[in-house]
Amino acid sequence: MHLNTSRENAPRIAQPGTLVIVWAALIGLLGLTIAVAKLHVTSWSVVLNLLIATGKAALVLVFFMHLRSESRFVKVMLGVTVAALTVIIILTFSDVWFRR
Amino acid sequence: MTTKRNEESIDYTGKKIGMWFFLFTEFLFFGGVFLLYSIYRYRFPADFHQGAGEENLVLGSVNTGVLLTSSLLMALAVAALRRGRSRLSIAFQAGTISLGAVFLVIKGFEWGAKIAKGIYPNGPALLRMSNGGILFFGLYYTMTGLHALHVAIGLVLIGFMVRDTRRKVIDERNFARLENTGLYWHFVDIVWIYLFPLFYLIT
Repeated sequence: MHLNTSRENAPRIAQPGTLVIVWAALIGLLGLTIAVAKLHVTSWSVVLNLLIATGKAALVLVFFMHLRSESRFVKVMLGVTVAALTVIIILTFSDVWFRR
Repeated sequence: MTTKRNEESIDYTGKKIGMWFFLFTEFLFFGGVFLLYSIYRYRFPADFHQGAGEENLVLGSVNTGVLLTSSLLMALAVAALRRGRSRLSIAFQAGTISLGAVFLVIKGFEWGAKIAKGIYPNGPALLRMSNGGILFFGLYYTMTGLHALHVAIGLVLIGFMVRDTRRKVIDERNFARLENTGLYWHFVDIVWIYLFPLFYLIT
């Protein structure tokens, strides 16, 4: 009898070489984020550092957690989670900003 | 192959979705703590800048590199197991555990240095600080502590995976358990990716 095993509906995953390249990119971004913070090149360093962190998080999600080949359901649910968190943050700050 | 094992490997999609749902709750859990940090940082910007100056940037950066590298090894462990290379996978899993342990040891030294300076709940140095400073270090201990707890749990889980891989409970046909453990480990890595700039780079 044919049984549906992990291998058949598992998403394809990145090649080891790709994983190593992604790791090198992550270490590169780590260097960049420290440079941005320490060299005082811009007054927007906190925002820039959070953007770099988001870039690193995206690399980990897409390649290490192989979100790229994950089912549409998981991608949509991740979107819903991020959207929910964003709404919570915006609503909270809409209070904090205008509080006297 | 026994019937039980086939049944176990049958619902791969269900196992993965279950893990992702758990991770979504974790996203919101840490999201709440990050929100708390943002509000207090908005109210006490100067104290937070000063507090971050107390952090050891070298140790923090090294620890970030250690955790990113451990994530690479975990991803490689999954790739190796899916190719049927159990022994290689075990080696990568052991490497992940070692780096995770290094992370906790470095974290321990950081906490130790702060405690020695009197920065701990009700500690002499902490009580001399402004309200914003006390909040900064309260959040520092809470957030890095919660993260370290997750790292410690991850180490135990990967330890079980080493055992399961060795016993051939998981292999190239049935690897969802290792993948899910990997997802957890990468999530913990992502949390640190955000903690690092917030506590070490805002001086």
